[in-house]
Amino acid sequence: MAKKVDFDTPALSEYLQIPVLQEGSMAHSSPFVAKPDHQEALNFPGELVENWHDQAIAKMEDLSKTSRSFSLFLDICVHCGSCTDKCHYFLGTADPKNMPVARQELLRSVYRRYFTFAGKYFPNLVGAKDLTRETLDEWHSYFHQCSECRRCSVFCPYGIDTAEITMAARDILDAVGYGQKYDNEILGKVLKIGNNLGLPGPALKATLEDLEEDLEDDTDLPIRMPLNEKGADVLLITPSADFFAEPHIDGLLGYAKVFHQAGISWTMSDYASEGANFGMFIGNYPTMKKVAERIRTAALELGVKRVIVGECGHAWRVAYSFWNTLAGTGHGAAADDKYAQMLQKQLDPRYPAPQHIIEFTYDLLQRNALKIDKSANDHRTVTFHDSCNVARGTGMGGIERGQFILPREVIKAVVNNYVEMDSSTMFEETYCCGGGGGLLTDDLMELRVKGAMPRMNALKKVFDDEGVDTLAAICAICKSQFSKVLPFYDMPMDMITSVHQLVGDALVFENND
Amino acid sequence: MLTGLFAILFYVATVILVVGVAKRIAAYWRTPAPLKIPTMPAPRTQGGMLYRMGREVVLFESLFRSNKWIWIFGWVFHMALFLVLLRHGRYFQESPWFLTEIVQPFGKYGGIAMVAGLGGLWARRFLVERIRYISTPSDHLMLLLLIGIGMSGVMMTFVAHTDIVALKHFMTGLMVFDWKPLPADPVLIAHLSLVIILMVVFPISKLMHAPGIFFSPTRNQIDDSREKRHIAPWAAEMEK
Ligand code: SF4
Ligand code: SF4
Repeated sequence: MAKKVDFDTPALSEYLQIPVLQEGSMAHSSPFVAKPDHQEALNFPGELVENWHDQAIAKMEDLSKTSRSFSLFLDICVHCGSCTDKCHYFLGTADPKNMPVARQELLRSVYRRYFTFAGKYFPNLVGAKDLTRETLDEWHSYFHQCSECRRCSVFCPYGIDTAEITMAARDILDAVGYGQKYDNEILGKVLKIGNNLGLPGPALKATLEDLEEDLEDDTDLPIRMPLNEKGADVLLITPSADFFAEPHIDGLLGYAKVFHQAGISWTMSDYASEGANFGMFIGNYPTMKKVAERIRTAALELGVKRVIVGECGHAWRVAYSFWNTLAGTGHGAAADDKYAQMLQKQLDPRYPAPQHIIEFTYDLLQRNALKIDKSANDHRTVTFHDSCNVARGTGMGGIERGQFILPREVIKAVVNNYVEMDSSTMFEETYCCGGGGGLLTDDLMELRVKGAMPRMNALKKVFDDEGVDTLAAICAICKSQFSKVLPFYDMPMDMITSVHQLVGDALVFENND
Repeated sequence: MLTGLFAILFYVATVILVVGVAKRIAAYWRTPAPLKIPTMPAPRTQGGMLYRMGREVVLFESLFRSNKWIWIFGWVFHMALFLVLLRHGRYFQESPWFLTEIVQPFGKYGGIAMVAGLGGLWARRFLVERIRYISTPSDHLMLLLLIGIGMSGVMMTFVAHTDIVALKHFMTGLMVFDWKPLPADPVLIAHLSLVIILMVVFPISKLMHAPGIFFSPTRNQIDDSREKRHIAPWAAEMEK
């Protein structure tokens, strides 16, 4: 259980320091355990099962048959140490178990013991360990100190991705009835109601109507926020945080303005009113598939030709990399693949499926289809944070490195003052915000603040030296996390901004009707 | 006696190595990667992927980006090992292949470079706190084993030459099941014994990283998830 602890915010420095190891410094950090109803809603046992030992081993056996990365990554690590200083949680906490290879080792030691010759007969030699009740507690703690950001996989000579190991470990914990409350409770809501907030259809409708009024007050134009409109061209799938949280909501208003000016008919869906898919965070394929299938169902029912995804990092990873696999939401299924063909026949082949809102806006900007007044953002000096899932888990624009190029091009098209943070903390080497991967919960506040340190370090430099006052991002989790942790590092919480707020602010509407 | 013992040990070790590695590879081959997980940005074509994998295998690109010290020691060790292995081809071929010929002069010094690289890697296991923390006894033993092989080899090249003509007869004889006497040189015996141990532990140890990297989905997948549907057979079952 997470204890209430006082903690010190890590100090920022000119150059990022690799800390001296402090063993056990984060051993107390563990998120709340899922309640039986959270677990059962996802078909996991309600509480820790009696034969957890055998169940866990059986689950590992199962994983080694269904996912190559599981046994491959556990087999081939050579303990070279290349990844040891690459994790923001290690850099921020100094706990050696937050070094990626040491995190993997928590699972690897058990895998070795039960599944390898060396571990069965020479456990001490290869660091193999029996699975005990304490092991499960340690897993619950340290596999919830990984945001599945994949930064370590960039630097591993074999591409070993600790995120895959974390997902597997969480899947095992869920299978024995020892899940995490925050993630599983949210998944229950999306599967029952359609979004992570548990906001039912009528409430969503009312919210959107309020927003339409705000837009009308602001622009004198009837800019719409359509819901469940059959026959629209575009289905917009956006994280539900966009409906109520700051600064997310201004991003949503930005999308609406872009759609309005482009004159493209679009709609949202209350059945699929969630872009986020926490099924990825818990590494559970069937759950992830169920959440993704809601979007497929909505797209089929509404008869849309395109699916566009709003600003959300892991949602974009799931959409870009997994939707086609999970629900056939993409292109290029085999002719005899009936399941996928059903939707793919309906989607317009001229557009990528799914498409990111940044790709959509970028395309309009390229064609000069938007009227922009950059000076509307002249009171700002903007920097952009590459969200880890976008950077290391997706692409944009159909070109290599598009996920870095397109957002910057969009920002530069609507903003005059743009500054880049230190490149060793950006692009595919970007540091996580500290709150990704299903950790955005108050019971992990210490971890979140400490894990944000490397990003804050780079941000503070441009904040002090270049007068940056706006941090733009395209991830709902990054936005929430930054508004929480910025004050710990003496920066204003409201400097975090949606990219589409910048776009929306710069759009010029000539009121000639 | 000695000849018979080593002949049998070599056969057994070869069978363990070949069968063991083949079994692991078959398991990797059979097990699907259910999702597209290339570490982005990733190549968008098959050719681009092969180029990325090539850079990874030949230049250790990710390691280079990460840590120059580990890279220099690791890269020197592996490249030297590669030269040395090529050079050893002469013990297995009646008339050496041209590549085996070409590397003879460099290969000679390869042994020294190999031991130097291994020494650097081993030093890091003691000197760098983070790497000391993650090192297991087997990590140390593996380095010791390789250094032992390298040192005994270097000894025979530069200090106490062994009868390589007799050795060649023994080796080529082994391959056609016609046993020729093995020279009873203690350094050679030590060298060969350590090599036999290495062959036996290969399939059950982290040495599997050598074939394993080619199966790593984060490196061998292509960025085409929106254009082509990727699906594992067990996942396709869920849609029926
Ligand atoms: S995936 Fe990210 S958070 Fe997890 S161990 Fe690797 S670097 Fe750390
Ligand atoms: S970089 Fe890869 S091989 Fe090296 S210790 Fe980390 S996970 Fe293991």
